Amino acid sequence: MSREKPGGRRAKAGSGRAADRPVPVQLRWLAHARSGDKGNTANVGLIALEPELYPLLARAVTAARVARHFRGMVSRVERFELPNLRALNFLLHDALDGGGTISLKTDAQGKVYSTALLRLEIPVPPAVARRFRPRASRR
Amino acid sequence: MTRVVRVAAGQGFWGDWLEAPVRQVKGGPIDYLMMDYLAEVTMSILQKQRSRDPGAGYARDFVPAMERILPEIVAKGIRVTSNAGGVNPRGCADAVLDAARRLGLGGRIRVGLVSGDDILDRLDDLLARGHELRDLDTGRPLSDIRDRIRSANAYLGMAPVVEALRGGANIVITGRVTDTGLTLGPLVHELGWRADDWDRIAAGTVAGHIIECGAQSSGGNLLKDWRRVRGLERVGFPIVEAAEDGSFIVTKHPGTGGVVNLASVTEQLVYEMGDPRSYITPDGIADFTTIRLAPAGKDRVSVSGIRGAPRTGMLKVSIAYFYGYKAVGTLVYAWPDAHAKAKEADRVLRARLTDLGLEFEQILTEFVGADATHGRLAGPPDADAPEVQLRVGVRARERAPVERFTRELAPLVLTGPPSVTGFAGGRPQVEEIVAYWPALVDRREIEPTVRVEILAA
Repeated sequence: MSREKPGGRRAKAGSGRAADRPVPVQLRWLAHARSGDKGNTANVGLIALEPELYPLLARAVTAARVARHFRGMVSRVERFELPNLRALNFLLHDALDGGGTISLKTDAQGKVYSTALLRLEIPVPPAVARRFRPRASRR
Repeated sequence: MTRVVRVAAGQGFWGDWLEAPVRQVKGGPIDYLMMDYLAEVTMSILQKQRSRDPGAGYARDFVPAMERILPEIVAKGIRVTSNAGGVNPRGCADAVLDAARRLGLGGRIRVGLVSGDDILDRLDDLLARGHELRDLDTGRPLSDIRDRIRSANAYLGMAPVVEALRGGANIVITGRVTDTGLTLGPLVHELGWRADDWDRIAAGTVAGHIIECGAQSSGGNLLKDWRRVRGLERVGFPIVEAAEDGSFIVTKHPGTGGVVNLASVTEQLVYEMGDPRSYITPDGIADFTTIRLAPAGKDRVSVSGIRGAPRTGMLKVSIAYFYGYKAVGTLVYAWPDAHAKAKEADRVLRARLTDLGLEFEQILTEFVGADATHGRLAGPPDADAPEVQLRVGVRARERAPVERFTRELAPLVLTGPPSVTGFAGGRPQVEEIVAYWPALVDRREIEPTVRVEILAA
């Protein structure tokens, strides 16, 4: 569970009636991901589940937003865009306790930073939330 | 019909599924079997093995794997490219030739042996002539660790692989040739691509990247719709069918498990990626933002449009050096309040390590079942968790404190918090840390000394 408050401060308020207000949705319902390592840096490739979700991800999942998500766990975040693959690539620096053979972490090679990123919530239009977030899930 | 060359992945790392190469050879038509064994740390492990036994130092799995498929690849005319040679490609080649003789295939096997990537004996000369070999990540000069270096290898590209194939080799065995070069080499050789045709070189490099991790592009470790991936128990490893113009299809043999689709290929494309516009190899630079993917039938994805840029004047060097020691130990605490018990055990353990005056570079505690993989993002621990594993790792430059740590875990069973189990494995092992130092070197220093030999049984 992300510690970000639902309906968080990133949501664009004042865009009209309450029914149109953006709704927070966890990235797991909007994207899939794979991660790996290069030395002490982990990379996470975040891929939109549907083409129409890519612009939403590109707008909301900024390097700064991801750095805040992983604060205390990584030193710095870089972002690259691959609109052709509907993907964003994030480099999470100093994420692996030295990386490779030096690291003491269970996830020394950053294999599951991918799903850690999918915990992040971003604001999306209500119609998108209704379509992609399962009814059973509140988050 | 346009001619295609089929390159099949047989191994994605040292330790991969032993059945995969056999199934790739028997399961349908292929022209090449690509066997990638080397990860960043593998060379140092192999170097350690060779220091104990001069005949060792290559990926030993490769020889029995070859023995199982040699009759078939001879009969079908399949050729093999592999970096199984590690730090001893000649030893690896000799072992394969011995296997061929045992099978009565001596006259049918020609091994292309690629060497010259190993620059361990040349480091002082390179340093003396002003090559600094600084750590690409930290910028530190190599002199900081000079006396602790265990292995040093330049990443070679596809050129020596092509040369071996031109020389008639049906099995090409290399040391530190790039993963992608093992796929690009056959394509350049078969399709007559020029080495400075940067778009085609980039295309073949992307093809290599897609299959270099084996089934990771054909349904293995696939997150999207993972419940719907069927038949992983007989997963089909990926195959590239490449055309002269640089476009290719990613597929797998019919009747195999797993899946090849846009999701499986895309997840592999972004794996271990840096700047996508600049995927740098010894052979050229690929721009991953130009890749076009399209579905092309069941378990078929077409890949096209790839643009490249000229290769740089530098080669990457992988240096392994002695760093220190580490050990990781675990204990399991049971419900109720499993996490709280594990946390108290960690406190007791750390206090004892402090009382003993032991100094560590790092002590890392994880609670498996609570926060080991996602840290604080996992949220507050579940007080009702059936069990939590306490996992503590330590790292030091000296061996003694790590050794003593390994003796402090078991006592917690009778001297710490209750409901503890899972210590049957005994004391944790002290491990020597051999770390990775990436650097760059002028390619003109390396390429003239690369050798390709054709060996027959």
